[in-house]
Amino acid sequence: MHKLVIAAAAALTVFGGAAFAQETIKIGYIDPLSGGGASVGEGGLKTFQYLADEINAKGGILGRKIEILPLDNKTNPQESLVQAQKAIDAGARYITQGNGSSVAAALSDFVSKNNTRNPGKEVLYFNYAAVDPSLTNEKCSYWHFRWDASSDIKMEALTSYMKDVPAIKKVYLINQDYSFGQSVRADARKMLGAKRPDIQIVGDELHPLLKITDFSPYIAKIKASGADSVVTGNWGQDIALLLKAAADAGLKVNWYTYYAGGAGGPTAIKQTGLDHQVFQITEGFANSGHQSAMDFEKAFRAKVNMSLWYPRAVNEMRMFKAAAEKANSLDPAKVAAALEDLKFEVLDGGEGVMRKDDHQFFQPIYISSFGKLAANEPFDEEGTGWGWHLVSKVDTSKTMVPTTCKMTRP
Amino acid sequence: MLELIVISTLNGLLFGMLLFLLSSGLTVIFSMMGVLNFAHASFYMLGAFFGFQLTKWIGFWPALLLAPLLVGAIGMAVERYGLRNTHKHGHVAELLLTFGLAFAIEEIVAMMWGRSPVDYRVPALLDFPAFTIFSTNYPAYKIFMLAVSVLIFIVLLIVLKRTRVGLIVQAALTHPHMVGHLGHNVGLIFMLVFGVGSALAGIAGVIAGPALVTQSDMAAALGPILFVVIVFGGLGSLPGAFIASLVIGLVQTFAVALNGSLASAFGPLDPSAGPSVLTDIWNVTIAQVAPIVPYLLLVIILIVRPMGLLGTRES
Repeated sequence: MHKLVIAAAAALTVFGGAAFAQETIKIGYIDPLSGGGASVGEGGLKTFQYLADEINAKGGILGRKIEILPLDNKTNPQESLVQAQKAIDAGARYITQGNGSSVAAALSDFVSKNNTRNPGKEVLYFNYAAVDPSLTNEKCSYWHFRWDASSDIKMEALTSYMKDVPAIKKVYLINQDYSFGQSVRADARKMLGAKRPDIQIVGDELHPLLKITDFSPYIAKIKASGADSVVTGNWGQDIALLLKAAADAGLKVNWYTYYAGGAGGPTAIKQTGLDHQVFQITEGFANSGHQSAMDFEKAFRAKVNMSLWYPRAVNEMRMFKAAAEKANSLDPAKVAAALEDLKFEVLDGGEGVMRKDDHQFFQPIYISSFGKLAANEPFDEEGTGWGWHLVSKVDTSKTMVPTTCKMTRP
Repeated sequence: MLELIVISTLNGLLFGMLLFLLSSGLTVIFSMMGVLNFAHASFYMLGAFFGFQLTKWIGFWPALLLAPLLVGAIGMAVERYGLRNTHKHGHVAELLLTFGLAFAIEEIVAMMWGRSPVDYRVPALLDFPAFTIFSTNYPAYKIFMLAVSVLIFIVLLIVLKRTRVGLIVQAALTHPHMVGHLGHNVGLIFMLVFGVGSALAGIAGVIAGPALVTQSDMAAALGPILFVVIVFGGLGSLPGAFIASLVIGLVQTFAVALNGSLASAFGPLDPSAGPSVLTDIWNVTIAQVAPIVPYLLLVIILIVRPMGLLGTRES
């Protein structure tokens, strides 16, 4: 029986290979490839192309190769819907996106409507970085899956760490003026207030998303407030330019960030001379110490010439393969069902799970600081000679936050 | 508080001078030729990218000289082979030409250098803090930007008001035929003026590139504010553009520094009314609306004084 299966499979690859090879699995990659978000968008694209190549080199998924379709949405929700339709018209049944929760909300809504109108031709939406909690709460959708930890999970972990640092007395919040930035500021206020009522919030700033070219006026304000720590969810050019302006002005505070590791961030931190004073919260990082992740990082850097910003993208693509093979189908409806409650060994080690209730992936969370490398830390960032260093690890079980999602199931 | 005022003033001056560096070329072209050059910010972007590329090949200082010359040459070519031919079809055609040019340049730049920011750094020679006020450092490079802007303002003013060249250039605008009969080549004068205007944008690009972000959408990001500067200052007036740049730089910087909102001035709205669009507007701080303040100024000046601060003619 076993031999028969292998023989059949072999015959299929020989005779059906040509036919199958033409039918690639198209994944629409919808992210900014121009404008202020372009640096992160292009980084994500290279990552997904690398991951597709990796899977393809091992025979693809169920014998079919993956193809990434790059689509530029300019970080604009309307433009994203046009690009999503383009992806579907080109034959994509899967789309992936990450930068901008406003975009993610629009896409999630679009995909849900599309699937109601086109039964049997469903599209799945894999979200690898948009972390607004509402996407897995009141706005949750059966067709949306998120691999990044939502911003309240991250803030929970971050404030649990900050709670035990007595030196923190005055905190300044600076965030981008849209759904994600607003949820970061609200969570920070709420959670810091509950865990460390003695901490003073000396500033709470919202600025336009990806529009500011010089953050000097904001740095002057942070300085005048007397803050000893800054909490920011900024990403893309907004975090790089914020840190750059801080470096120029010589602002010496501790930074608690979500995305300081993005393009330009490490260079700016090195310039400030803030050795291990900039913290980042992620689901994995280069020097995590987990051997297979570090091997992956090495191979990735050698080929793509950038560091791996998105370990969650690795988890996403590998879980996609695992779910498709579990369902023995590439039909999005069946893959979606297979993903629910799927347990998975994540890149940086430890078990993660895709929660059925809200399609939020739960995984170990790390807080790391940026500075001079220790002996067992081989990876620096952007050629600065500095790299990320483990500060604290939060296990999967401790990251579980409740959800208010009431999912409509097909 | 004093610290914030001093530092905001400095930041505002620095930003204002950069705006002036950018709008000076636009003003020169407009006052001499009557052409509102929509592609001006694109020449600025070209300056930044040429500066980046040449810095990689031959270093920053030669690039600072060469890149504006290149941009100026492109500007002259645009005048000679583009604007001169469309001139007879009137201002709308000229406007549309520069409008199209702006889009074309953006796409060409994106094709050549990609859409993400390029790694254009401050030259090592100027990469140190110049001085420290209230423990805030001021990078030497920003002071250098300030110095170049002031220098250009003075040189431009002297050339236009005090020299023979300036006299001929000004006369060529109002009485081109008379200037022609006196033996001057009017076409050449216009071409040179456009070239100089473009080169000024180029200088701004080379200098601002490392301080801000050099990427393919930088023209679109800065273009609109330039028009605010030249309209606010008075169309065609160089001192007007200078004052307007400083005013806008300062206003925008101070707006960021202010946390006041309607709610903080008059107290919160009745909480029983519940959250609504009104409470949102009521609670918006001045800092949040800082980016639109210059445009608000533009609207007000157009209503109150359409010729701008120092402008002499209507519209």
